Amino acid sequence: MSQSYNRGLIEDFSRWREFEAGMWAWIFHKFTGWVLIGYLFTHIAVLSTAIPASGAETAVLQAGNDVYTQTIVSLEGLLLVRVLEVGLLAVAVFHMLNGARLLLVDLGVGLESQDKSFYASLVLTGAITVASVPTFIAGAF
Amino acid sequence: MSTQIPKQTEKADETAAETESEAPSKGDERRAEKRRRADEQRRQREAEEAERAAADENTVELRVFRYDPDVEGKQEPRFDTFHVPFTKGMTVLDALMYSRDTYDSSLTFRHSCRQAVCGSDAMFVNGGQKLACKTQIDELEEPIRVEPLPHAEVTKDLVVDLEHFYDQMEAVEPYFQTNEYPDGELEEQRQTRENREKIKMSTRCIWCSACMSSCNIAAGDNEYLGPAAINKAYRFAMDEREGEDVKQKRLEIIEQEHGVWRCQTQFSCTEVCPKDIPLTEHIQELKREAVKNNLKFW
Ligand code: HEM
Ligand code: SF4
Ligand code: FES
Repeated sequence: MSQSYNRGLIEDFSRWREFEAGMWAWIFHKFTGWVLIGYLFTHIAVLSTAIPASGAETAVLQAGNDVYTQTIVSLEGLLLVRVLEVGLLAVAVFHMLNGARLLLVDLGVGLESQDKSFYASLVLTGAITVASVPTFIAGAF
Repeated sequence: MSTQIPKQTEKADETAAETESEAPSKGDERRAEKRRRADEQRRQREAEEAERAAADENTVELRVFRYDPDVEGKQEPRFDTFHVPFTKGMTVLDALMYSRDTYDSSLTFRHSCRQAVCGSDAMFVNGGQKLACKTQIDELEEPIRVEPLPHAEVTKDLVVDLEHFYDQMEAVEPYFQTNEYPDGELEEQRQTRENREKIKMSTRCIWCSACMSSCNIAAGDNEYLGPAAINKAYRFAMDEREGEDVKQKRLEIIEQEHGVWRCQTQFSCTEVCPKDIPLTEHIQELKREAVKNNLKFW
């Protein structure tokens, strides 16, 4: 009883093919949430290179020759990293906007327009992402 | 339309009987012969009907899920195609009944009221949970795929076993209970207009199971009460006449591990409910009700 249904052969039929707005919002929110967690840990790993750098000589630091600066500079030099940063912003913005939408849903505010607020989140995310491209890509080429 | 078909058959039988009664032969033989001829005529008529329907411009094409675990050769799920002459206002249920009455009497599905009241004909139509008698053919893209509800055992063709759904409905004790009685013995238990208005939509459920079938969470957790059962709990928990004791008991049922907190606000149930019950709204309100009930700052 506690396991999910397995109808054997028939399970291949009668599957959802059409998702409505609320379902897409849920899938994207899950996805973006886990991407953010993943980023958080890589972010911590990169920042930790500042720990050995803190013991470096002042001259080395001023010349930008310490591990931390070197790591950041080489990472930011990669086009792939710049593109991923745009992606990260998109993911974060969507998660924030849809997160705000979910908070409203939890409070029972505007449930009739839950689909519209999802589309609005998408459009706004798109706009902010596009607007951010010059900043992130500048100097990458 | 479908009801006219058997009448035609009767007429054909009568003419067959009349011609035969002149032939001098024994009763049994005659009856066997009559049956054989009637059979032949029926088959011929069906073939003609199918041919005409397939040739006709104004027909709709149905692809219907077929499966029968009891008959060898039908245990492998398959799709049968039916061509049904379109008439204005035709519903998916009408088309299925036409198919059954005209082409294949073994085609199995539930239906009763044909007016979205009994809740027996929820199906999976073109990828969504629909009440067949409430779904207009001309609003659908062809070919129309008709399948049994997802996430329930298929008994035969379009019939699924709803026992589990009914168990969940019963788990929330879907009947009026109270410890607070009016003073006079013969006095009625009146409800305020506002309170009636509050629970109005939640009383409309026809137990069709479309919402349960559409729910991603219910699919992964068979113990989850499901949208319909929670809506039923809402209908009584929000009824002021039940009193505080009973409301506490109801909140305990809905806030258990497989109760309201499983809901992830995907809105699938609200989307498919043929009675337009705001299921997600009711579930969310019960969540808040449960929190308010447990949070004590003093
Ligand atoms: C303004 C910022 C944020 C808002 C408003 C927000 C909002 C939310 C909300 C409301 C949920 C619950 C979704 C539900 O009800 O099912 C959620 C889930 C989640 N959030 Fe956020 N969040 C934010 C930032 C973040 C950040 C920075 C991270 C990661 C470091 C993150 C990771 C997650 C994860 C992993 C989940 C769970 C996803 C799942 O359902 O499996 N969120 N967020
Ligand atoms: S809540 Fe709506 S979809 Fe669910 S069983 Fe009742 S009528 Fe059907
Ligand atoms: S036949 Fe009764 S609800 Fe459709």
